[in-house]
Amino acid sequence: MQGVEKNVQVPSPRGRQSVSPEARAAHRSQDSGRLQLRDLWVDLKDFHLREIDLDVAAGEYFVVLGPTGAGKTVLLEAIAGHFPTQRGRVLADGVDITETAPEHRGIGFVYQDYVLFPHLTVAENIAFGIRLNSGPSLRPAHLRRLLDRIWRSTKKREPIANTCVQRRVEGISQLLSIDHLLHRSPGTLSGGEQQRVALARALVVEPRLLLLDEPLSALDPQTRESLQRELNRVHRELGTTTLHVTHDFQEAVALGDRIAVVHEGRIVQVGRPEDIFRRPASEFVARFVGVRNIFFGTVQHRGEDDTKVFESSTLELSVATPLIGPAHASIRPEDIIVSREPLRSSAQNAFQGRVVDVADRGTLLYVTVDVPPDFTCVITRHSFERMALREGLSVHIAFKASAVHVF
Amino acid sequence: MRNLFANRTQALFTILGALLIFFIAWPLLRTVTGSQPAIIWETMRQAEVRRSILLTFYSSGLATIIAFLAGVPLAYLLARVDFPGKRLIEGVVDVPVVVPHSAAGIALLMVFGRRSLLGKAFSIVGLRFVSAAPGIVIAMLFVSLPFLVDSAREGFEAVDPRLERVARTLGASPWQAFWRVSFPLAWRSILSGMILMWARGLSEFGAVIILAYHPMIAPILLYERFQSFGLTYARPVAAIIIVICLLTFVVLRLIAQTEQGR
Repeated sequence: MQGVEKNVQVPSPRGRQSVSPEARAAHRSQDSGRLQLRDLWVDLKDFHLREIDLDVAAGEYFVVLGPTGAGKTVLLEAIAGHFPTQRGRVLADGVDITETAPEHRGIGFVYQDYVLFPHLTVAENIAFGIRLNSGPSLRPAHLRRLLDRIWRSTKKREPIANTCVQRRVEGISQLLSIDHLLHRSPGTLSGGEQQRVALARALVVEPRLLLLDEPLSALDPQTRESLQRELNRVHRELGTTTLHVTHDFQEAVALGDRIAVVHEGRIVQVGRPEDIFRRPASEFVARFVGVRNIFFGTVQHRGEDDTKVFESSTLELSVATPLIGPAHASIRPEDIIVSREPLRSSAQNAFQGRVVDVADRGTLLYVTVDVPPDFTCVITRHSFERMALREGLSVHIAFKASAVHVF
Repeated sequence: MRNLFANRTQALFTILGALLIFFIAWPLLRTVTGSQPAIIWETMRQAEVRRSILLTFYSSGLATIIAFLAGVPLAYLLARVDFPGKRLIEGVVDVPVVVPHSAAGIALLMVFGRRSLLGKAFSIVGLRFVSAAPGIVIAMLFVSLPFLVDSAREGFEAVDPRLERVARTLGASPWQAFWRVSFPLAWRSILSGMILMWARGLSEFGAVIILAYHPMIAPILLYERFQSFGLTYARPVAAIIIVICLLTFVVLRLIAQTEQGR
């Protein structure tokens, strides 16, 4: 076995091992992990990428959002170096890595279905990347170390090569709360646990960039939500630049500093989640993100009782959620009741506003009510005619606290 | 047992299957039990018999090692890389299965014979194939290679290529990704291919007899005793060969199974 290091300008991420954690963090927050794609084209049998231009800042959590089959996975595999590009450049920290072999890019990859090494334990899976160079090699220095190790191992058998590796494996496992699973085999773990192991395995080598390919899509809703929070926390703690691919708009909004929407192999819009939602650049983006009422604010306890409030700059909603702190709230348009008179009902959220827009979709109509902010409500043609709604009219809207989805 | 006769169809199938098993087992058992133990023991003590059995094992083992060194890389390429003419190469690998083995022996003689180019080239380094142990090895290699390559290829095909891609993103070179991921995961199939190949090599007769009648491997020794001295003298040799082959086959299968259990 051989650890051939090609002569590349890119410093190997493992070359930073000797740097202290503090120095590493400082180093990274400055400028490590910037990714730039310049006019990237990839042609595979079923998928094509066309003139992809993208800038991901160092330390950013960037989400690529698009429907299934939009070429999102191909994009990630092209960045990781698994497929040759037809045209264009990939730059990491300003250095062209288009022709660099995957092992020299310092880019971690996590697949939707985990892809753990089935023949290794959890600990060995995580240690895979950091033990590579400690393996047998044809270079004299390595050979000497190998002989030395064989000599030592005749006396005492070490479970995992050395304490340095062990410490790093334990550190990352604690961060992802999988330290109790280290001796297990991947096949015996649940989906959420396996995905944590896959994350730990990718993060332990300290990649400059982490690629996540639909990392939450194979999980059940509950696990998905908790792992989503985990991703958020891990990103805050490690500051690794992350490129996350998903088809789930809420996931994108909850995690992304910025979002790029992909359609048929092209990027159709890039922006902060609010921008994408408020000002969709095209009919496709508008339809894909859906007509949804999404607000950005914070969740707080209200007084003594158990209820919580969601506050944004202009809005205060009663909500039912275990979350606290900065969050998003969304209300489905069909959950909002529209009336001409104030309603006396169980709904804890009631507002008065003005109709600013009516969009006719056949039997259903989308009515936009400016409270502010704007709420989009869906009502049937029958109700619309019965209430004689029109633009400019003052109306009341109401919805239950449980209809507010906080994420 | 009751399950086998659960209905008429299964009962019929069970009877037909049992006939076939009987057809295999009966002659083997008859040969092994047909000779007096004393005579078998006597035969075992003959140096010629022991030598030929050892030569058979050793030659087939060597052929398997050679096939392992070159056949596993080939199997990996066939499983992983798409290249023009791949189907043709896959066909070529399997040809030894369909060619009569005596014809394979003639073909090898044409290429490795004393007057052939390769034969001369090898004789410079002192390697002779006709009527010599190396000839036995290449004959066994030729006819039993497909078992190893096909089994190893299936093993590699069953390994998710994304496992290697993940290994690469973790810093592994293609060489390391092969040895640390693909090879260990395909090892079971490779091992079972090696066992099959080795067993097939032990039983080779047709190709070997044309390339190297001497030194005698066990199947040829048996043939010679039958030709020169008749059934009575051939029978104990046959019994010994069958018992030894069965024993090693069973042992190797058990080893492969415990390997699986890990």
